[in-house]
Amino acid sequence: MYPLIVFLPLIAAVIAGTITLVGAMSTAKEAPHDAHGHHHHGASSADRVAQLVTVAGVVIAFIISIFAFVDVALGGNPVVIELFTWISSGNFDASWALRIDTLTCVMLIVVTGVSSMVHIYSIGYMSHDPDKPRFMAYLSLFTFAMLMLITADNLIQLFFGWEGVGLASYLLIGFWYSKPSASAAAIKAFLVNRVGDFGFALGIFAVYVLFDSVQFDVIFGDAEEVAGTTLMFLGYEFSALEITCFLLFIGAMGKSAQLGLHTWLPDAMEGPTPVSALIHAATMVTAGVFMVARLSPIFEYAETTLMIVTIVGASTAFFAATIGCVQNDIKRVIAYSTCSQLGYMFFACGVSAYSAGVFHLMTHGFFKALLFLGAGSVIHAMSDEQDMRKMGGIAKMVPLTFAVMLIGTLAITGVPGFAGYYSKDLILESAYAAHTGVGMYAFWAGILAALMTSFYSWRLIFLTFFGAPRADERTMAHVHESPAVMTGPLLFLTVGAVFAGWFAKDWFGGGNYEEMLSFWNGALFMAEGHQALEHAHHVPGWVKWAPFFAMITGLSLAIVMYKLVPTLPRTLANTFNGLYRFVLNKWYFDELYDKIFVKPAFALGYGFWKSGDGAIIDGCGPDGVAAVCRNIARRVSAIQSGFVYHYAFAMLIGIAALVSYTIWKMG
Amino acid sequence: MEIGLAHYLTVAAILFTLGIFGIFMNRKNVIIIMMSIELMLLAVNINLVAFSSFLGDLVGQVFTIFVLTVAAAEAAIGLAILVVYFRNRGTIAVEDINMMKG
Repeated sequence: MYPLIVFLPLIAAVIAGTITLVGAMSTAKEAPHDAHGHHHHGASSADRVAQLVTVAGVVIAFIISIFAFVDVALGGNPVVIELFTWISSGNFDASWALRIDTLTCVMLIVVTGVSSMVHIYSIGYMSHDPDKPRFMAYLSLFTFAMLMLITADNLIQLFFGWEGVGLASYLLIGFWYSKPSASAAAIKAFLVNRVGDFGFALGIFAVYVLFDSVQFDVIFGDAEEVAGTTLMFLGYEFSALEITCFLLFIGAMGKSAQLGLHTWLPDAMEGPTPVSALIHAATMVTAGVFMVARLSPIFEYAETTLMIVTIVGASTAFFAATIGCVQNDIKRVIAYSTCSQLGYMFFACGVSAYSAGVFHLMTHGFFKALLFLGAGSVIHAMSDEQDMRKMGGIAKMVPLTFAVMLIGTLAITGVPGFAGYYSKDLILESAYAAHTGVGMYAFWAGILAALMTSFYSWRLIFLTFFGAPRADERTMAHVHESPAVMTGPLLFLTVGAVFAGWFAKDWFGGGNYEEMLSFWNGALFMAEGHQALEHAHHVPGWVKWAPFFAMITGLSLAIVMYKLVPTLPRTLANTFNGLYRFVLNKWYFDELYDKIFVKPAFALGYGFWKSGDGAIIDGCGPDGVAAVCRNIARRVSAIQSGFVYHYAFAMLIGIAALVSYTIWKMG
Repeated sequence: MEIGLAHYLTVAAILFTLGIFGIFMNRKNVIIIMMSIELMLLAVNINLVAFSSFLGDLVGQVFTIFVLTVAAAEAAIGLAILVVYFRNRGTIAVEDINMMKG
């Protein structure tokens, strides 16, 4: 029954894709008759079928996932289902197999749960879009690829899912492909991910060199033996596992938008909002965290790489939070927030608290999807306005959206009792309990990030829902609550954002350590001496309270700046103009990359085009040959004067020549 | 002075050369080209008859009769073509007949 989880979305995607194609062909045929520009935006019956099929596919997958969770994670029955052989060449063996253990089950719940909600939500959100079947097909295709990724039994299959979600992400970011900014964002996401994927692919090669296999069972079994060996790379000798894990981590950095490879994520907000919620908040961007957690048996033997993971994660958490504080686009604030929260997950993994990282992944999946879908509902209500400076004062007009956004904010800022509180505190306590230099760095970066998280989240709420309306009257008159098909999923996710942390805290290490180990049942591995998670409960009292105070401070700051003294933000921005510009321009990362990579790449490409292709290849090749031919032909054709006596003369010359030749030969 | 073979051949050569020049020097009229061709054929005929008489072989003279016949036919067809051409193009000036130009 488990294969259905993976393949139902694929079947649904194929059906919806077929409907798209058939629809496209019939519109192409009808186009000449449809001269009045007559577009009916309501769902046609074909659209309805596509929506129903895809929604049914993922919802059934979600229901089976719950059974899988109960049976595999709670019942302790991990299974590996062999589907069929994929590659079998010499001693290289990769087959399609579903590896369903506790880690996979947790991911299954998150992916199919959020995906179902996003599918349903999309019916309402995309109701004005003429390309509904295409959108639903892409969403289901994404879900299939993501499920393939999390159920992978070997690195090749993982890579397949990895690239599949990348493809779906590209298609969905560029869904409105006639918008140049959307196309550019899609290409950017794809290219930046290529950088990470290059590292990931190298990592897979290294794993094969070291272990002679890409099967997880084999890799995990031999990790300890391989830990001592060294590997030559770029002319230097490295510890083999360190370099392998580092390369794999580069892949994770690309997919999970960590510092340096994060630039694509904010731009990815060009896609429709349900896409942002599903792909760029809840599921795909967490693939990197999932990968590190899945490969914990080898990462555990790579101490230096774990330190790098911690530093990168902590820096991202801090860095992205600073940017989130000053952005004005509602979706970009949440995008940077996502980037920052992913940083938390990574440094949790870096201090070997994988369980805490996955816990945050799960809770974050719920509340961040909620925030994004809530933001989508706001955007829908504001007639597609995304700039928070043009919102305000709509709390009473969209009470349900306001309520769920408020709950999402309570969850992300870590108010006790809500989902984010349990997972974020567990991560911060683990970072402190690691008792290492990088652990302390991560702890303090995390506390500061928590403060800023609270600040920008409340800033978003105040700017969007409170104060005097800043939109024009027509927009304000049009503000309306979203239909039930959109608010239903919001309510479901609200339940997750409120209860997921409290409900699951004992499984993920928030309670008894032994209970956590039995829950994971070996899916996560922690080496001897890596006891951050075990010691997380024995940290000093102030460490436990620090995130709470950070949250309160951030909230107070937001209240002061956006409720009590509304002129303060502008004054501050003017006073610290340099700093403000620096943060507002995202630390100038895009400009830097533009200078270092994009411009030289353009120059190089232009050079190759003009001199290499144009001058050399075309000049000596097709263009050159054609020019010579044309030249000769022009001269030869001059002989063809058309005058009869010229031809007669040629004949006579010919005869004379022949006769002379014959006489000379005989003579 | 006795008229011998060489004299006949010289006359024929002069006529032949005149024919060739008639073709090339002429820029005006297609009929002149046809007359030039005729002239060249006659030069050849004189050669044939001269050699026939010189060698005492009648085949040369028989052949001359054939050439005259063919030349008459050719002149008739050529003139007919010219008439049709004139009807279609309104001119038979050699300079204007260059449709075969490449």
